[in-house]
Amino acid sequence: MSGAVEAMPAVSPRAAATRRFAISETQVAGLMIAAVAAVLVLIIALPLWALLSKSLQSVDGRFVGLQNFVTYASTPTLMASLVNSVWVAGLATAIVIPIAFVYAYALTRSRMPLKSVFTAAALLPIFAPSLLSALALIYLFGNQGMLRSWMMGASLYGPIGIIAAEALYSFPHALLILTTALSLSDGRLREAADAMGTTRRRIFWTITLPGARYGLVSAAFVVFTLVITDFGIPKVIGGQFDVLATDAYRQVVGQQNFPMGAVVGIVLLLPAVAAFFVDRRAQKRQTALLSARAVPYEPKPDRQRDAALFLFSALVALAIVATYAVAAWGSFVRYWPYNLSLTFANYDFAEVEPTGWGGYSNSLKLAGLTAVLGTTLVFVGAYLIEKIKPYRALRGFAHFLAMLPMAVPGLVLGLGYVFFFNASWNPLNVFYGTLTVLVINTVAHYYTVAHITALTSLKQLDHEFEAVSASLKRPFWTLFGRVTAPICAPAILDIAVYMFVNAMTTVSAVIFLYGADTKLASISIVHMDEAGAVASAAAMGTVIMATAIGVKVLHVALTALVFGRLQRWRRR
Amino acid sequence: MTASPTIDPPFLEVRGLKKNFGGFVALKDIDLKVPRGKFVCFLGPSGCGKTTLLRAIAGLDPQDEGTILIGGRDVSHAPPSDRDFGIVFQSYALFPNLTVAKNVGYGLVNRARPRREIEERVNDLLALVGLPDQGSKFPGQLSGGQQQRIALARALATSPGLLLLDEPLSALDAKVRIRLRAEMRTLQQRLRVTTIMVTHDQEEALAMADRIVVMNHGVIEQVGTPEEIYRRPATPFVADFVGHMTFLDAVVTGPRSVKVGSLDFVVAEDAGAPVGAAVRLALRPEAVQTRGVAPDALNRFEAKVGGLSFLGAFCRAHLTPVAGGSAPIAADISANAMRDLGISEGEVRAVAFPPEALRVFADARP
Ligand SMILES: Nc1ncnc2c1ncn2[C@@H]1O[C@H](COP(=O)(O)OP(=O)(O)O)[C@@H](O)[C@H]1O
Ligand SMILES: [Mg+2]
Repeated sequence: MSGAVEAMPAVSPRAAATRRFAISETQVAGLMIAAVAAVLVLIIALPLWALLSKSLQSVDGRFVGLQNFVTYASTPTLMASLVNSVWVAGLATAIVIPIAFVYAYALTRSRMPLKSVFTAAALLPIFAPSLLSALALIYLFGNQGMLRSWMMGASLYGPIGIIAAEALYSFPHALLILTTALSLSDGRLREAADAMGTTRRRIFWTITLPGARYGLVSAAFVVFTLVITDFGIPKVIGGQFDVLATDAYRQVVGQQNFPMGAVVGIVLLLPAVAAFFVDRRAQKRQTALLSARAVPYEPKPDRQRDAALFLFSALVALAIVATYAVAAWGSFVRYWPYNLSLTFANYDFAEVEPTGWGGYSNSLKLAGLTAVLGTTLVFVGAYLIEKIKPYRALRGFAHFLAMLPMAVPGLVLGLGYVFFFNASWNPLNVFYGTLTVLVINTVAHYYTVAHITALTSLKQLDHEFEAVSASLKRPFWTLFGRVTAPICAPAILDIAVYMFVNAMTTVSAVIFLYGADTKLASISIVHMDEAGAVASAAAMGTVIMATAIGVKVLHVALTALVFGRLQRWRRR
Repeated sequence: MTASPTIDPPFLEVRGLKKNFGGFVALKDIDLKVPRGKFVCFLGPSGCGKTTLLRAIAGLDPQDEGTILIGGRDVSHAPPSDRDFGIVFQSYALFPNLTVAKNVGYGLVNRARPRREIEERVNDLLALVGLPDQGSKFPGQLSGGQQQRIALARALATSPGLLLLDEPLSALDAKVRIRLRAEMRTLQQRLRVTTIMVTHDQEEALAMADRIVVMNHGVIEQVGTPEEIYRRPATPFVADFVGHMTFLDAVVTGPRSVKVGSLDFVVAEDAGAPVGAAVRLALRPEAVQTRGVAPDALNRFEAKVGGLSFLGAFCRAHLTPVAGGSAPIAADISANAMRDLGISEGEVRAVAFPPEALRVFADARP
């Protein structure tokens, strides 16, 4: 039986030495890490550097130090936009955070029914371009709004519309952070407090709120940053009310004043960078808070509390779903609000927009390419960074670059791309306005979240797989193909869907980068709205939303398949 | 430090190995020879550098300085894939998405062998580790002990010259662990593959190894057979770490005699210190003679029996010399002796320390 086992000759390790002139496995790994780092430098670091250096130059390219910043600070209209942006973003944050907190509390700490429906409803805005919420509000409360009387004479077009639309749009982002924070806190504290007969009010103020405070801070920064850097909503609903994001657009696209655009970009960078560091700190504290033996909290039924939270959540969910439903409905209406008969006429985009449906197919191409190329780059990059032992400094550098986009709003990255890929000295400027630049910009824009998702799933694999594979004389790429990637398939799918959905809906970065034949669906919304074709704008927004939701549904189905059939090994 | 005088060149040789983590010295100048076909255990408390040494030998975490020879070939700077070893980790690191057969055959596929030959080899290996019919299962469907054996089969698949095991049994419960000890030992002797196993469990090392390498704080304290390590620990650390050992403060009174309090003891070996020097006298609890102590026996004294605790096959007692001047001395008394002699708490008995069971260590304490 085992005779063969003992007779099997040991393979000479010298066999490997005969491959002396071939390049070694370690060198391949090094080259791959270097390639990933080089790509990240090209798509992240250099555009940012272009932005920073542009802000220190005059229009004709001379170095002028901080002159542009001085000019900025002494131009009253620009400073007014800054003030506008700050208070609008501040107010939107102040409105969104408490609502999202109670909603998250209801999802994590109550026994109210239909939780998954409420979660889905709250996440709806993620699947639509930000400006779709603004279009819906215009249908409801605008000059021809159905519920215009609710405005009591005030104008929607301005801060009120911006704040309302931004609140809807940023709600899911706050909610995701807060549900995580609340589900992390330790159930044992609650149970101990219950046992001591602590009142519910005291428990809330002494345990729940402090436990979630890092989540609250983090969510507040994220919402503030999203709002202050969003371009679509103020463009559609802002009227004469100027904010930083629209200023940046006007300076760069309208007046071709690149240096001033760069200054606005840097001003926009500040809250995002602050948010980035606060978030890092918060995450460290949050995990420290959660000891290894912490147990998740199992809420006990409490009719009164559950009923109240259910009512609240239902109202919020209804407001969100109704808004987007109105946008979809409006897109089928012949002449809002005077003739509510239904029609597909608004979907004949060629009537109002030269590119017609072309924008949509461009968006699909962008989203598909971003999903495929972005996911490949992100996952392979994360694998090399996490699992290859040598080249520590290079790996650290690549990781740093991968984390940077988190701190860079899309609008700012878009500006950087304009300055870098449009520069006359740059041989890569042939790509300006092409799908190539749109794809790499979108990959860069959403790199960090995808990178963290990939790292998280890679970290769950046994750290010794690489060692085992090497001891069996099989290269790391064999391991990657046969073991790592298949095990991480669900995370890879998550990343691809994330990339796809965001590529479909993004406006802020690509608005600076599209060319005549690469206009995207989301950008044509802006243009159709500008041309007064609100219904067609809403129609395009609805098409995007339907596509994104469709992909998400497909994702859920595919994940079920992957877990069920293809990954039989996951079953015990 | 040589494992034993051998005529053959050692299969594995490590010279002057050093490894730092930042400012922390994990390995200090390690020299080691492992003869071909032997089963060697690296034994030491957690954090002493066993895994670091094993991983340096494998090339997984290269050393800062020093030379490693495997089968006479200098592999100090070779990547792991160029070193001819198989390895089993504490976690087993089985590929969860591959069947047991695919796991075991993972290292065989690239050798341009016909598929049937690979299948046969995998079946042989599974039979070898006693799991002949489990090839189509996934690792998640196996028990811990079965997973361990699959990991072993996978490590042996390419017939490596060197088998490295990092705490391969410590994730298992006590019963399975003891059964697998014996199985692994038998398998190793059958294949005669040079094996290094890392463990912090002295019992495991004593039961399985041909040679034990006792490590502490990044240095090798002693290399020897289990018997040598147990009977003649080279340092107080080894004495304390392997088995139970009582240490008594003593003063040298002659070339082969020491004094503990007011009691004089004869020792079999040279005290190795000048008269008057403070030393530590060490002995194992089971070496204390409690039965049939002749009136003129060497190192005989009267002691009061206290702190009896029943430990199954024997009782641990704490003996306090009637003459005083010594800390209580742990002594193991077999259940038979307990019954035959009717030993009871508080009783005063004559006991003796056989001179050859006593070890004298320089008092290195500050
Ligand atoms: N990658 C590392 N970085 C820093 N310190 C390490 C690293 N690996 C091991 N050490 C330290 O080196 C010492 C020896 O570790 P190790 O060889 O794993 O010990 P053990 O004998 O338990 O296997 C420990 O103090 C450990 O903390
Ligand atoms: Mg260890």
